Amino acid sequence: MIVLEGRNLTKHFTAARGPRGRLGRRPPVRAVEDVSIALRAGTVSALVGESGCGKSTVARLLAQVYPATSGEVLLRGEPVRAHRGAAFRDYRRQVQLIFQDPFASLNPFHRVRYHLARPLRIHGHVRSDADEKAQVAELLERVSLTPVEQFMDKLPHELSGGQRQRVAIARALAVRPVALIADEPVSMLDVSIRLGVLRLLEGLAQESGLALLYITHDIASARYFAQDITVMYAGRLIESGPSEALTQSARHPYTQLLLESAPDPDRVTPPEATRHGEPPSLIEPPSGCRFHPRCPVALPVCSERAPDRTELGEGRWTHCWQAESALTP
Amino acid sequence: MNVLEIRDLSVDYLSGGGAVHAVADVSLDLRRGEILGLAGESGSGKSTLANAVARLLRPPAAITSGSVVYRRQDGSSEDVLALGRKELRAFRWKELAVVFQSAMNALNPVSTVGAQIDDVLRIHRPGMSRNDRAERAAELLQRVGISADRRRAYPHELSGGMRQRAAIAIALALNPEVIIMDEPTTALDVVVQRDILHEIRALREEYGFAVVFITHDLSLLMEISDRIAIMYAGRVVETGGARAIHTSPRHPYTLGLLRSFPRLHGPREQLLGIPGTPPDLRSLPPGCAFHPRCGKAMAECSSELPALDGDVACLLNGGRGLEDAS
Repeated sequence: MIVLEGRNLTKHFTAARGPRGRLGRRPPVRAVEDVSIALRAGTVSALVGESGCGKSTVARLLAQVYPATSGEVLLRGEPVRAHRGAAFRDYRRQVQLIFQDPFASLNPFHRVRYHLARPLRIHGHVRSDADEKAQVAELLERVSLTPVEQFMDKLPHELSGGQRQRVAIARALAVRPVALIADEPVSMLDVSIRLGVLRLLEGLAQESGLALLYITHDIASARYFAQDITVMYAGRLIESGPSEALTQSARHPYTQLLLESAPDPDRVTPPEATRHGEPPSLIEPPSGCRFHPRCPVALPVCSERAPDRTELGEGRWTHCWQAESALTP
Repeated sequence: MNVLEIRDLSVDYLSGGGAVHAVADVSLDLRRGEILGLAGESGSGKSTLANAVARLLRPPAAITSGSVVYRRQDGSSEDVLALGRKELRAFRWKELAVVFQSAMNALNPVSTVGAQIDDVLRIHRPGMSRNDRAERAAELLQRVGISADRRRAYPHELSGGMRQRAAIAIALALNPEVIIMDEPTTALDVVVQRDILHEIRALREEYGFAVVFITHDLSLLMEISDRIAIMYAGRVVETGGARAIHTSPRHPYTLGLLRSFPRLHGPREQLLGIPGTPPDLRSLPPGCAFHPRCGKAMAECSSELPALDGDVACLLNGGRGLEDAS
């Protein structure tokens, strides 16, 4: 069942400062262009891309942090536009966000208990102090911060990065959401504790039927923790499919480049040394397919028109002019 | 032949609540022309170690014991920790250069990248003419993959990858014997990271410098390094060839790290990870600092501190660590 969906989301940011272009206008940053994504109950979906590709913007559009330039967000099939007031609070009760930096997302002056009790109170889930304490304890238990008595009265600086991120997850769970958007939830954590946090998120999706969007730059972790992966590049969707199929036989040249570049000690021969260039500016993105200036197999048509979605069967699709030709290696 | 010899180096951070032992009794050799990977989690002391070797530590950090010896190709050697101010100036950049994680902060924002290379050359090579310096700057930039006309660009006009390349170009300016790279690609995207790693390897082939490459990303290290040293809670717990560490790790911590990152290919193995969290350096567990998280810990692990005897600091199997294929 699709819980949360974005349809044809586009977001252009206008710079408040900076040089003006023709007619005295400042050119917009085309951060996200025509992105559609669906989150299903009990499923982890991954959105993978390099920094600046717009993946966090998609997260914020889905969470209604700011309105889309065009396109719509649907919660259980109903279009929503809730950016302030009671409507926004109601939306936030159902869709929650977890951020990358657990050092910045917790208030250093407040104890763990306060962080977890606030959403419970604001969203009307508690009636008495005893009830509040019981629910805070239950939340801490769900994220494996035990003994709960000990963690309840700690301040953020007394916790390690992994523990803080668990508090952030518990806080998101406090309102009993149906969808959870995790924006790079482990990239600031140490390697040895990333796994535990990812497992926790995976378990929450499976047990509580949460729809989880896992946003990451690490495609190998997406292979392990997500059922399906969507790859983004320079504000546009590139390719999508079940995670195992996508990582083992990528069809889009960009996905192939991404897989080839990821560190992999099991690789027998290192990939060829060629300079691949860098992601483009989103103020003046390349015409046509935004990957064409870096694409090893670009055709003339690639710089003229953006490719439409080509369905590849078995839940896979890609945006590439050569999706059907002999592209697969 | 060694170019750097670190012996029993200890670094403390002096704080109100007593000293924090950030680096404890570390002994390491850097061979001429090799890439030595230094891996460890945050707080393991890897950056403190590198900064100690480059003499970049400032109070409250203090080197409490040990020595660092730099050996030149002609056989002469230098006690790095005893260098005075003036000698240190000559030593840095000419013999040992450093590339930091965020090139955005390491470069001077109000001066062009060309001028920053020129700076290094002007100070260290007073005999060089202005034209020669300009030529050398252009050549260096080209060598790291930045077109020569970009030497008039300011750091903010360059992308993250380009800035890191520029920082590497500055490090190369005087042909140092040793370059310390502290998380040089951590802030970069994987594709750009891959290109820069290739660049580092190619430059190493060409110039023959040795690299100390510091990162928390063990999978990356195993691809780029010749040898790897693993640090945990301020100590080196294992050293070895990159291949050997990959195929037969001897320390349970190394094995845990290897089983913590997901693989891109092959069967989706069960990821084990490491239970618990890295220790607080202010109150380290007695004995082996890893024993509370170690699945193979024995009674003596909590009382006896294993020495780095050979390649591994572990009491298992009479000090030899894990047996093969365990």
